[in-house]
This record gives sequence, structure tokens and C-alpha cells, in this order.
Amino acid sequence: MGVNRRKFLKIAGVSTLGVAAKPAADALAIEWLDKKLGGFTVPETLYHLFHKPEGFTPGEALIAKRWAMVVNMKQMDEEIAQACIDACHRVHNVPEIDNPKHEIKWMWHDDYEHVFPGQQHEHIDENSKKLPFLVMCNHCYNPPCCRVCPTKATFKRKSDGIVMMDMHRCIGCRFCMAACPFGARSFNWIIPWPRAEEGGLVRGFEGKEPPTPEYPTRVKGVVEKCNFCAERLAKGKIPACVEACQELCKKKGKEPALVFGDLEDPDSEVRQVLRSNYTIRRKPELGSNPNVYYIV
Amino acid sequence: MLEKAFVGGRKYWILIACLLGLIGLGFIMWLWQFRVGLGITGMSRDVSWGFYIGQFTYLVGVAAAGVMVVLPYYLHHYKAFGRITILAEFMAIGAVTMCLLFILVDLGNPVRMINVLLHPTPRSVLFWDMIVLNGYLFLNIFIGWNVLMGERKGSPPPKWIKPFIYLSIPWAISIHTVTAYLYAGLPGRGFWLTAIMAPRFLSSAFCAGPALLLLLCLIVRKTTKFDPGKEQIRTLGSIITYALILNVFFFVCELFTVFYSQIPGHMHHFHYLFFGHEGHANQLVPLMWLAFACMTAAIILLVPPVTRKNEGILTVACVLVLIGTWIDKGFGLVVGGFVPNPLERITEYWPTTPEVLITLGVWATGFLVISLLYKVATSVKVEVGA
Repeated sequence: MGVNRRKFLKIAGVSTLGVAAKPAADALAIEWLDKKLGGFTVPETLYHLFHKPEGFTPGEALIAKRWAMVVNMKQMDEEIAQACIDACHRVHNVPEIDNPKHEIKWMWHDDYEHVFPGQQHEHIDENSKKLPFLVMCNHCYNPPCCRVCPTKATFKRKSDGIVMMDMHRCIGCRFCMAACPFGARSFNWIIPWPRAEEGGLVRGFEGKEPPTPEYPTRVKGVVEKCNFCAERLAKGKIPACVEACQELCKKKGKEPALVFGDLEDPDSEVRQVLRSNYTIRRKPELGSNPNVYYIV
Repeated sequence: MLEKAFVGGRKYWILIACLLGLIGLGFIMWLWQFRVGLGITGMSRDVSWGFYIGQFTYLVGVAAAGVMVVLPYYLHHYKAFGRITILAEFMAIGAVTMCLLFILVDLGNPVRMINVLLHPTPRSVLFWDMIVLNGYLFLNIFIGWNVLMGERKGSPPPKWIKPFIYLSIPWAISIHTVTAYLYAGLPGRGFWLTAIMAPRFLSSAFCAGPALLLLLCLIVRKTTKFDPGKEQIRTLGSIITYALILNVFFFVCELFTVFYSQIPGHMHHFHYLFFGHEGHANQLVPLMWLAFACMTAAIILLVPPVTRKNEGILTVACVLVLIGTWIDKGFGLVVGGFVPNPLERITEYWPTTPEVLITLGVWATGFLVISLLYKVATSVKVEVGA
């Protein structure tokens, strides 16, 4: 059994605290501790006790080494896709902007030929042609957007691979938008949720309120995108799109069209689905290594 | 020395007043953009860089081209260029000033600009671009000013300035190489993903920059008592010719790889720029053809020595070079890279009036800097009887 840094810290933490007498604590003890601490190491837990990030509950948080999503197009339809998009945009206060040039979208759907350009051909079956392929940030394992950001305002979170945005650091240079091979990023060309005194600056927005007060709205001039619902994972909830999707699929008597889980856990639902279905990813030849898979 | 910039005739002050007027107008428009957002421009979710970044890219080239005068003079002791190195360096200062301003007006959050220094990120090419551009600005101010001071006192430039001059030569190459790397390393953009991007940038810079310098020299000759010289202008003409031919040759290399390999992701952009999309010509199509018509015409005018050595024809050729390279690099290059988008959908781009006015304001700022510095330089030259 290989001992990685995480496990080593865990063991080291445990032994210093004297919670377990033997440093070579057996796998069971570690699992028990995992459950108790929500997967964080003892030093990490101690750190959280003193520097408690807002809205973060160590015991409840969903954790993974590498979050991934599978979009099952065999179960997907327009209604389900729209439900996912609506849920996402509602919980993240993504404004509805009529002008397509200024549009902000974290999640949307498009045809096969546009989602998988270069893989389409003229004799493709009618069904695949019509399917609404759900697209979002791929949370690439090797993200080109993070490589180009001059301030590290967008970065891959070390603990679970989510490609995050620091909206307070972004200078709005839009280099990440040029670098993203999937068009997953949106820029706030106008003030997204104008305050009363700014209302006159953006037509059509007067009096509209962001639907989810707990989630921060953005200012103009920053880039935003899907964050795999990092704020919900921290509270032990699955991503909003996955939740909405699973509810609707259950109602329709379908298998879930979105599956979310830890790619590095061989027993996770994601891994089970990947094991038993042929899956593809968008533009794999670019080497960005997307963490969103599609069953067609 | 700076006081010389504030002594001038009627025409000089009219020029300064016009430039200040344009700057004022641009600044007011920028204040509006600052308040409302970059939505007042023609840019969009799909074409997320536009006119501003195009001008920035073009002007980095103009700035780098100063080296085409500095290098022959300092490395090959080509004495004739000694008369105009200061003009090349001062033009570079104006050009880099514009580059920095274009980045500033393009930022969504200019007040957070200092984050680039607070969180230095060497893996980002933009970080290096910031270093090389500011470094180049500093080098040119430092070298230009000191050499001119020496000239005024009738003494050769101080010895310790030499290392800085030698450093400025590779530094000039670096600013345009790094700027090309902003584009050439992005995996999903077939139009920019080409190893010949930096050579193309340099070749277009080394024809556009000297072409602008040549025109400025002619203006200086006409409006001041200082004559940059016949031989100097002729040599600049030869440099422009070589660089222009190289630029078109590199473009042909690009076309060959793209159209012989027939990889769709690379071909689409060229199709869009030169033929439009699905039979619908966009506003860019005539512009792109105009650009290459200008460059071809310029080659025809520049290659035969008879026409090249005729200053009137040379002037026309320089204007053609400037128009051609400006459309190609200041417009087509940036927009063409974004259309079609990564999902192969088409979003058109055309700059809006406020966007154009802000752009003009920045250009006016650059030309104000160049005018003031040229006034100083030519006054000193006349004073010492050069």
C-alpha cells in the first residue's frame, strides 16, 4: 500500500494527538477517522477549527480527490437539460441577458456537431443529431485557462481538482476566455445585477433581484463559469444541476442523466458508470484532460 | 531639455491642441466604459478581444521596430543611422505608451491591475509581457534621453550606457516574441496555434515600424530645420522591402500548411476572414483582401530600385504597408482567431463608436508623446547644428 502525503499527514496527525496508539493504524481506523473528520486530516481539521471558512462544515462536506461528471445522453432530453440549466443559473445568480453578445451561461446545451466538432458526419442518426448535449466547464485536469491567468484568479483546487474562480482577484483581461477550448467562460460585459442607483445604466434590469441571496453576485468586468457547485459540496450537497436532474429523471422513471462523483475512488458511482459504458470527452486531442464524460 | 517641447510655432500648437482634443474625447468615452462596463464595445462572449488588443498587438510591433535602426548603427557601425536613432527610440516610447494604455482600457477591472504584481504568475505569458513591455519603455527613455543629452553637450554618449543599448536589441525582439506567444500557445484556437506566429509578428513589425518611422522622418524634414537625411530614408526603404517580402512569404507558408493539410479547425478561420461564412461575406472580407492588395502593391512599388529610390513613390508604398499590416494584424488577426468560436459557431464583431473613440484617444496620446519628444530631439539637433 502506497502512503501518499495526505495519508502520511493523517497518520502523523493521529499519532501526535495520541488518538491511535500505533502510527501504522490499520485501514479501518483511518476510515473511521475519515468519517469523523469528513475526510480531512487532523492538522487540517485543527486548522479549520481556528480559521473557519464561511459556510464550511468539516463533518458535512462532500469530498473527493478528483470530482468528475458523466452526462448520460441516453437518458437526456430537452426538459431535463433545461431543468439542470435553470437550477444552476438560479443558485448562482446567473443573470438572464437578452443580448446574446453579453450573455452569461455556466451551463447550456448545443447539438452534437457543435459540442463535438470534428467528430460529426453527415450520416449520423437522427436521434443524436437532435439530442441536447449539456455543456459546462470541463474542470480539466490540465486546464489551459489556469495556465494563462496572470493573477491566479482562476486556479485548479489542489484537494479535489475543481477549476475555481476568485472573483475578487480577476482583473478582467479575458486571457482565460481565449485559452478555454470549450467556450465555457463568460464575461460580465455589463453590470449583472444593478443596484438601485445603477439601474439606469443597464436597460431592462431595473428592479430585478438575484434569486439566491446567499450566493454572491458578481461585479461587471470579471469572468465567471461553472464551479461544480463548490459552495454546495462544502455543505454536503451535490451540485444543483445533478440534484435537479436526478429528481426529474426519477419522476420520469429514467436512470439519472447526470452522475457526479470521485474519479479516483474505484467504487464511486462515476467510476461504475465509466466501467460499464463507452464514454467520450470533448476535444481530448488537446490534452486538457476534461473531467466531464459523455455517454452517447 | 524638456523645456524645448514647450517652445513652438502656431502649427505645432494646433497639432498639440488637436491631439489633446482627441485625448479628451477618448477619456470621456473611457469614463463611460468604466462606469457601464465593456459592453459598450462590440466585443462579446465569443469574440472576447477586439479592437483594443488588436491595436496593442500592432503597436508592440511598431515599438520593436526601433531595433531596425539601433542594430545597424551600434552593431554594424552604420554611421548614417546615427542621425535617426533618437527618432526611432522616441517613436518606440510613444508606441509602448500606447500598448500599455490599450491593455489598460481593455481590462474589465482596471483598478485591480496591481494584482499582476501582487500575485506574480510566471506561467502566464501576460506576466512576461508586462515585464518586457515596461522594461522596453524604461530602456528607451533611459537610452534616448542620455544619448540626446550627450549630443547636446557635444560629447559622445557616456560609456556606461553601452550595455543598456546592447541589451535593448534582444529586448526589442523579445517584446514582440512574447506578444506572439500570448496567442501561439492556446490549444483551442487553430488560427493562432502556429509556430510561425512570432516570426510573422516580427516580419510585419519590421516593415510597419520603419514605414511609420520613414513617414515621421519626412514630416520632420518638412516641418523642422532638421533633415533626417536622404541616405537614411533610402536605407529604411530597403529594410521595409525585405521585411515586407518576408512577411508575405511567412503568410504563404501559413496558407500552405493550413490548406494543404486541410485540417478544418485551422481552415475555418481563413475561410471566414477571406470568404465569409456559408456564402455570406462579412464586413471583414473586403478589408482582408484590401490588406493583401495593399501589401502586394507595396511590394511591386518597392522591389524595383527606380521606384524605391523615388521618395514620392516610397511614401505611397509606406502608407500602403501601414494600411495592409494594420488591417492584417490590428484587426484580422485578433477577430479571425475568435471566429468561429470553439463550438464552431459564428458571432460577428465590429467595433462600436465609443470603442473607436477610445482607440483614437489612445493613439492621440501616443502621438502626443511622439510629438513632444520629437520637438525636443529636433530642437537639440538644430541647436548643435547636426
